[in-house]
Amino acid sequence: MDIAVSEQMQPGNGAEGTGSDGSLAGSTTLAIEARGLVKRFDGTLAVDGVDISVPEGAIYGILGPNGAGKTTTLRMLLGIIDPDEGVRRVFGHDRPHDIARLIGYLPEERGLYPAMKAIEAIAFMGALRGLSLAEGRERGRELLERHDLAHAAERQIRQLSKGMAQTVQLLGTLVHRPRLVVLDEPFSGLDAINQGKLERMIRTLADTGTTVIFSTHVIHHAERLCEGVAIIAGGKVPYAGSVEAARDRIPAQVRLETRAREGGWTAALPDDARREGDFFMFSLPETGVEPLLRKLIEGDAGILSLSIERAGLHDAFVHIAGEAAARQLKADGQGGGEQ
Amino acid sequence: MSIDMSEKSRLSNLQAALVVARRDFVAILFSRSFLFFLLGPLFPAIVFGMSGGLAASNSKSAPDVRIALQMPSEDMAAILDAHTRIENELGRGPIPHFYLFDPAEGHAPIDPDVLIADKRGIYGAVLTGTLEDPVLTGTGDRLRQWSGHISMHLALARNNADVSYPALETSLVTTSGATIKNQRRDTAQISMTLLFLLMMLLAGMVLSNLVEEKANKIIEILAAALPMEAVFLGKLFAMLAVSLVGVGVWFALIAIVILSGSDFGGVKQTLIGMPDPGVGWPLFSILFVVNFSMGYLLIGSIFLAIGALASTVREVQTLSMPVTMLQLFIFFFASFTLIDGAPMLEWLAILFPLSSPFAMTARAAQHEELWPILLAIGYQALWVAIFIRWGSTLFRKRVMKSGGGHNPNKRRWFWQRRRADAQAA
Repeated sequence: MDIAVSEQMQPGNGAEGTGSDGSLAGSTTLAIEARGLVKRFDGTLAVDGVDISVPEGAIYGILGPNGAGKTTTLRMLLGIIDPDEGVRRVFGHDRPHDIARLIGYLPEERGLYPAMKAIEAIAFMGALRGLSLAEGRERGRELLERHDLAHAAERQIRQLSKGMAQTVQLLGTLVHRPRLVVLDEPFSGLDAINQGKLERMIRTLADTGTTVIFSTHVIHHAERLCEGVAIIAGGKVPYAGSVEAARDRIPAQVRLETRAREGGWTAALPDDARREGDFFMFSLPETGVEPLLRKLIEGDAGILSLSIERAGLHDAFVHIAGEAAARQLKADGQGGGEQ
Repeated sequence: MSIDMSEKSRLSNLQAALVVARRDFVAILFSRSFLFFLLGPLFPAIVFGMSGGLAASNSKSAPDVRIALQMPSEDMAAILDAHTRIENELGRGPIPHFYLFDPAEGHAPIDPDVLIADKRGIYGAVLTGTLEDPVLTGTGDRLRQWSGHISMHLALARNNADVSYPALETSLVTTSGATIKNQRRDTAQISMTLLFLLMMLLAGMVLSNLVEEKANKIIEILAAALPMEAVFLGKLFAMLAVSLVGVGVWFALIAIVILSGSDFGGVKQTLIGMPDPGVGWPLFSILFVVNFSMGYLLIGSIFLAIGALASTVREVQTLSMPVTMLQLFIFFFASFTLIDGAPMLEWLAILFPLSSPFAMTARAAQHEELWPILLAIGYQALWVAIFIRWGSTLFRKRVMKSGGGHNPNKRRWFWQRRRADAQAA
């Protein structure tokens, strides 16, 4: 289970700075490192031996259904609660509060003081991380302007729409320019437009070298954004590593369409080949498709199309976490009305 | 990428506490509810003033209860003469006064039973007969109260010429050890009571302090950025500062009312009559504020921890009653410091952290030494730290349990916990 993303990371997902060997260039330092985290609540095991390694500068997702232990894991990583067993280090520090200035955190349960003005809320959140109130206000105005919310600066939180309030809180999370941003279910409650904005914001953060770690129960967000994921189910992490490596756990599927329906060439198809309508579906042979192609051509199969389809993260999730967890994940996503 | 760790990467606990305290203090001070908070004690003060005025008015309009006197005229004259002489020696206060029913002035013989039963309540007792054969009629209480006085009157009236009072040479001293001790005890008692009333009025506010944070769901932002101890300390500082502002405003108002000439229900007289405390008024005033602050922080840290476990205002209200009882217990326990000959109890009251500020206030009123008080303040500060540590640990264990939405690990009773443990096993 203990797999450092930096050792497995493959190029992809538009991440910058990936080396030819698949590891992130210059990112051997870990922003977060957790080993054997265990947490019990009233005798119930909420998190059971979680290992996670997140290299600096990565976008990293913690993927799992509701109640899987995502929030508890994040809370342990941030020092909000202490693990019963195991160790966690953030930028090499055992006590995350000691480097609070380097961390920004958006909890799943969004909340701000309703009577506070938006600009004051941002400045206050900066002050909690060591920023002076004056500087917090100045940066807050810049951030609000950049996100087309300058007009809301002097308005009370209670006067803002839910989406605007969420954005204000996110800006408060970033106002002190943290090196590590932890977002707990950041897409929850956002409409499609704001989800898109948030995705762009996360990519921008990563472009500036900020490490972003977020939890989600929506596979598409993790698939689109993350270089590394930890799949969590029932308090355990059955997989932690790159998205690519997770997808590679399932052999790619070959989709073949032929003019001839029968013939001796069918004997050349792999054992797991099955007909699905006009197509044959089978796992990509270890030897590749070239030997098979030759036999199909020699057998006059009349190849109309042949495509190699890599497994998606959803398939990988089902393969790794099991059908039950996948069903719950899907139900959580539908419950939240998210894509 | 390299992280500049040379930059100070966190606030100190005190700085963090001040960030939280400043937010809370400003938010409370500039809220409309703070005005109601300031006005709150005015209502009981008005009621107190009104009831005081009513009592005074009642007392003025109440009939002066006297002894009805009917004897032969010469006997009555002798008694009145004796009354004047006794009053000259003892003062007017304790001596009963008479209504005269003089037969020489045409008064018919009186019936003692009828006079005493008179609904106007003017006659407390009736003295009839003669100097040689007097009869005092009255209820048991009145007879016990006045028999001695009447005997004295009768004795003096019978032997008018024989009694003379010797001249007494007096030597005046400004005060005595016994007087100082008694007076300082009064000062200690009044100060402790005032401290208790202020604490009772103000410390309860802390109970609901974290409910707002939990309702606003901002608590996790605080907990992620700052150590929980700093959050607790900040909240206590804020509430203490708000309380001190409130107390300052109330005292200023009372001062203005008194300076404008009002007695404010006897408060002015009480203040003027309060003797100097052991450490002197200026230092005692400072120590009173310090002891109030320490008491507030001590009991507030416990209330904050208890209140932090409550999820709703209703739960907080349910907690209020036992909390008030606890405060009463602390006050009465601290009162042992005023009892002579109970040094063990006094030490216990000083050492028990919650009663210590009360006990030390009493001590500052009664004794001159300063060092025990300073030592106690340090001791109390240590307990504040312990309570805050305990409260924050409890909070992190009991409250910060799971993510939003549902809470599968909600608080359970012990039998439910046992069942959950068995299931987990």
